[in-house]
Amino acid sequence: MSVMQTPGADGRFGQFGGQFVPETLVPACQELERAFTEAWNDALFREELNHLLKTYAGRPSILTECHNLGRELGIRLFLKREDLNHTGSHKINNVLGQALLAKRMGKKRIVAETGAGQHGVASATAAALLGLECKVFMGAVDMERQELNVFRMRLLGAEVVPAQSGSRTLKDAVNEAMRDWVATVESTHYCLGSVMGPHPYPYMVRQFHRVIGDEAREQCREVLGGDDPDVVVACVGGGSNAIGIFSGFVDTQARLIGVEPAGGAAVGRGVPGVVHGMKSYLMQDEEGQVQEAHSISAGLDYPGVGPEHSYLSEIGRAEYPSVTDAEVIDGFTLLARSEGIIPALECAHALAWIKRAAPEMQGQVVLMNLSGRGDKDVAQMMDVLGKK
Amino acid sequence: MPMHLETHLRAQRSAGKKLLVPYVTGGLLNWKEAIRAAAACGADAIEVGIPFSDPVMDGPVIQEASLRALKDGATPFGIIQEISTLDIDIPIAVMLYYNTVFRAGHERFATSLVKNGVSAAIIPDLPLEEAGEWCRDADAAGVETIMLAAPTAPDSRLPLVVERARGFVYAVGLLGITGERDSLASTATVLAGRLKKITDKPVLIGVGVSNAEQAYEACKVADGVIQGASVVRRLMESGPDAVGEYIAEVRAAIDTH
Ligand SMILES: Cc1ncc(COP(=O)(O)O)c(C=O)c1O
Repeated sequence: MSVMQTPGADGRFGQFGGQFVPETLVPACQELERAFTEAWNDALFREELNHLLKTYAGRPSILTECHNLGRELGIRLFLKREDLNHTGSHKINNVLGQALLAKRMGKKRIVAETGAGQHGVASATAAALLGLECKVFMGAVDMERQELNVFRMRLLGAEVVPAQSGSRTLKDAVNEAMRDWVATVESTHYCLGSVMGPHPYPYMVRQFHRVIGDEAREQCREVLGGDDPDVVVACVGGGSNAIGIFSGFVDTQARLIGVEPAGGAAVGRGVPGVVHGMKSYLMQDEEGQVQEAHSISAGLDYPGVGPEHSYLSEIGRAEYPSVTDAEVIDGFTLLARSEGIIPALECAHALAWIKRAAPEMQGQVVLMNLSGRGDKDVAQMMDVLGKK
Repeated sequence: MPMHLETHLRAQRSAGKKLLVPYVTGGLLNWKEAIRAAAACGADAIEVGIPFSDPVMDGPVIQEASLRALKDGATPFGIIQEISTLDIDIPIAVMLYYNTVFRAGHERFATSLVKNGVSAAIIPDLPLEEAGEWCRDADAAGVETIMLAAPTAPDSRLPLVVERARGFVYAVGLLGITGERDSLASTATVLAGRLKKITDKPVLIGVGVSNAEQAYEACKVADGVIQGASVVRRLMESGPDAVGEYIAEVRAAIDTH
């Protein structure tokens, strides 16, 4: 039996997950669960989604071997190129699925939260394509450091609203999106951007992203003569790109590594808690107040993590090391110079870990999920590197 | 043992009164004075908000109040302990988010409530499906868990909510978060009517009951109202005397029923 199961009605992965939402939202979550299960088992829905993934998002994404960097580090390094998807990250996989589902449920409007802006851009894109109204909440701090994506969302016809409370980053954008949804639940679908939140989101978003892992496993077997990689690595904010690629390898011998930012290490430094509708590892104080994360990358600047990652950590199936902002900056420039690929700052976390751990992985095959491209980060990096 | 909230509210209702429950954010400047003023001006029970970093059910006013209280160093156990020094003769409930309870541990938390004279708890992010363990532990310790009923609940769900509710049934007045509105949403009395049909537990409308006139409207169907943002805003803008005056005004309006 696979380690990654379909959760029962209680939405649990081991002790984690659940549906800790205001009473107002319970019927909506239950309706969503029913609608998703029905759609996922409906060949026509799957066909429609696959068609969009192929003809609009550009799937399958390719597998690239990094010969230069691999030689330098003494490993064989492959990248799963989610950066080449339409809109520039893995987020489009989930959003196309949820937007189709929203239409199927008769919703006219979607709301979304976004950190780096990639999920917001993907949501605005899908909304434009499918004729839905779209409102995106984004931390005021993130609107500044990801200005380009704010403009992209507005170009695509979405309304972007700054979240001004708390740390004014991703956590606060989620709060605002949930508040909006409580008030508009009858007409609106909450298009949540990661494998987090109340059931069925962690499960549903994983299913929409498992295409990453399914493709990668086949592609790896092709180039490796039927073998699987030794190590599979991805960055973890809420954990959607990581769960997507892990789902292809969880039942192989591969080590699974989810890399967190040092300033947002929910699995690494958190303890179980309940926020944003789920029970999961959470950075919090003795009183249960949620702590503010601090990361150079807006997409990973989050004190929680998806519940299935907490479960994979607890049972020892996946490891969750963290890297510092300085290592991330190194990883960012390293891939650019050695391979001609500018990664998103989020994925630069995975690179930073690979570089650090390479001495212990000599000769091994490492697969990394390159979840997004770095164009959105170039302005921020001009500041960071300019000041160096 | 603290006063029994449901018994107290039923007695007030039997005496022909509509029920008035003001909400005050614990740890906010002058919060205890505001509670004493409200008690002196006709409140039937008090709801004390335990500030949380991420209050998803709350609008701008209560968010701001929570933030101020946290900045001033408010902590859940600090507030609960101070409640024991209030010296008022009406029951007190706390309103808090589940992580506060989960982090402390159910038993430890419930015991501390009882020890400090708190009768009941409202946990807006702990719906029926997730509430089982807490409700068992709360029942065992003698804490009444007030359940929320929402306008979105189908007819099949309301009886389950009502059955599980202790103290009173909290009818959420509208689709949305706490905060003042220009008029009472039609959902408020519709939901209260649905609830009154299936229970004789006290039914109080909260969220979006914003002034004396709306409280009067709500009490045409409901047994009473919770006054949240309208109270907290007055406390932040003008201080505890303004809270007392406001509660007296609402009291007078609902007493005309
Ligand atoms: C490129 C990229 N990777 C990763 C993430 C983090 O999200 P998750 O952990 O859900 O994959 C983001 C979020 O904005 C992103 O833009």
